[in-house]
Amino acid sequence: MVTYIIRRLIWAVVMLTIVSIATFAIFFLVPRLAGATSESLAARYVGRTASAEQVKIAAEKLGFNDPLVVQYGRFAKGIVAGADYDYGPGVEHCPAPCFGYSFLTRLPVWPDLLNRLPVTISLAIGAAVIWVIAGVATGVLSALKRGSLFDRAAMGVALAGVSLPIFFTGIVSLVVFSYGNPFRITAPGGSFTPFEENPAMWAYNLILPWITLAFLYAAGYARLTRAGMLETMNEDYIRTARAKGLNERAVVVKHGLRGALTPILTIFGLDLGLLLGGAVLTESTYSLPGMGKYAIDAILAQDLPKVMGVTLVAAFFVVFANLIVDLLYAVVDPRVRLG
Amino acid sequence: MSFLELKDLRIHFPTDDGLVKSVDGLSFTLERGKTLGIVGESGSGKSVTSLGILGLHKGGRARISGEIWLDGEELVGASLEHVRTLRGKKMAMIFQDPLSAMHPFYTVGDQIIEAYRIHNDVSKKVARKHAIDMLGRVGIPQPDRRVDSYPHEFSGGMRQRAMIAMALSCDPELLIADEPTTALDVTVQAQILDLMRDLQRDFNAALIIITHDLGVVAELSDDILVMYGGKCIEYGTSEDIFERPEHPYTWGLLGSMPRLDREPTERLMPIKGSPPSLINVPSGCAFHPRCVFEERTGGRAKAEVPELLETEGGHLVRCHLPRERRRAIWENEIKPNLEAS
Repeated sequence: MVTYIIRRLIWAVVMLTIVSIATFAIFFLVPRLAGATSESLAARYVGRTASAEQVKIAAEKLGFNDPLVVQYGRFAKGIVAGADYDYGPGVEHCPAPCFGYSFLTRLPVWPDLLNRLPVTISLAIGAAVIWVIAGVATGVLSALKRGSLFDRAAMGVALAGVSLPIFFTGIVSLVVFSYGNPFRITAPGGSFTPFEENPAMWAYNLILPWITLAFLYAAGYARLTRAGMLETMNEDYIRTARAKGLNERAVVVKHGLRGALTPILTIFGLDLGLLLGGAVLTESTYSLPGMGKYAIDAILAQDLPKVMGVTLVAAFFVVFANLIVDLLYAVVDPRVRLG
Repeated sequence: MSFLELKDLRIHFPTDDGLVKSVDGLSFTLERGKTLGIVGESGSGKSVTSLGILGLHKGGRARISGEIWLDGEELVGASLEHVRTLRGKKMAMIFQDPLSAMHPFYTVGDQIIEAYRIHNDVSKKVARKHAIDMLGRVGIPQPDRRVDSYPHEFSGGMRQRAMIAMALSCDPELLIADEPTTALDVTVQAQILDLMRDLQRDFNAALIIITHDLGVVAELSDDILVMYGGKCIEYGTSEDIFERPEHPYTWGLLGSMPRLDREPTERLMPIKGSPPSLINVPSGCAFHPRCVFEERTGGRAKAEVPELLETEGGHLVRCHLPRERRRAIWENEIKPNLEAS
């Protein structure tokens, strides 16, 4: 078990390194292959009014003339150990993990990301709680009452849930529950209250985004749970559980649902990992200042260091979630042998 | 009244293709401490009967009529909740494939503890001790350690022993074993059968063994019931069935049973054809399309459903052939072939 965990951890580090190389290559190697020079890359750092001479100096200072391997080494070192930037009059230290400075705000990227993280985590975790409870409960009931009106209605709604994009359901929910509605549930967009500041306001501001996001996922989980339950409830061990004289509720939950849990857990880990890197559409629709919104803004502004930072953080969450799921497998299914 | 008595039990399943008459008018009795073997091919209704006794048919799709009396209580009309409280406690079941019949995610011990605590208000600790006792009793070595193993960590024979321990954990008075040895190695089969015989003696339970293998019931049963197409076609003591069987289908089963005391070069005598459809049951005697002696009934087999009649001393046969005719065929045509060596 311990060796397995260590091996998985090493793999996680390897994965992250590969992701960082790929990210670096996309932003620094690909433009060169497309014909960009050190100067044209540096031009983005110095503003529109810079002279050719200034651009040349900047390119030298930023190290764009060094071999790519050296540049990547500097980039990686910045993340692990921090970096020093020579901006002319003095040297500024950017502490680890250093993803560089924004082109636009000239502020370091990492503290920005740290500010955004609570928003995304609040959104993702809150929505996850809702969609797991709603999705799994709906799926179980649908499977038990297969073919009933409830089953058909639930699966119809679920189909709508997986098919309708967030920017549609989100906007509809805003129109119905927020803008110009005297009974509005939430303040129109853009406000986030940290949990530790005021938990009630925190939930109040997030309730619409939570439900919108959870609707999309709950639909998928309901279908997954239903399929899993239909399978496990036909297993021989369910008949055994009934033959023991167990009541139906315990048969369904303790034996049926428990048997159907493995694929749900797998998907849940991956979904949550992906969302923690930024719920792009939901955050954009509700103007929530989270990672996803940050990424979109950075991309639109071509703010390279921000884009790289948010990419790597998102990748970290996915790798981390995978690691957790792998470890949980052994807990959920004792037939999985770790080692 | 007998401990267990079935009266004209019918279990039918409505399907899109028609009504499946899995069990069609089955009656028998069984006393405590006795063993009944129910023998038949796949689809003869033997497993459906056992699930019917325990009330385990899914989703209320089954149409059950007739009477099942267990220790003076009628089960067919009883409330589901009441039947549930009897399951595991009063009547328990051992299934065919112990690997799929045990939950893969819980330890063997947990599953026995669960079974015990449904019917006994005891702490987990007490139940665990009981589970270890039970595992020891069914011959699992180091039960105090094996109690924490998962089913997949057991061998096939060990799993079936654990399954038996689970079924016996609440000291049931009726034990139904549905093909208990079919999924096991031949060497293990004998051990499991021995174990069941010993435990039955200890617990003084009524035992029903369901199997397609006459060899299995030969070892254990006091009485044997042969099923075909949802009906009983022959019923008698073990001796009746093996020494003086009277139904052509029973002859066929005996002829298709591999035996060590026969010459290896000799061919088995399988029954031709395949089991009947339970939706469009053949007219008359359900066995007539496969019966070698059908024309000797003078057409009655095709036209008329034979009745289950006593030939002597509790030995019942459902066949149109006159009794003397059947005996003559058995003595002169079948028995010599079976015993030739």
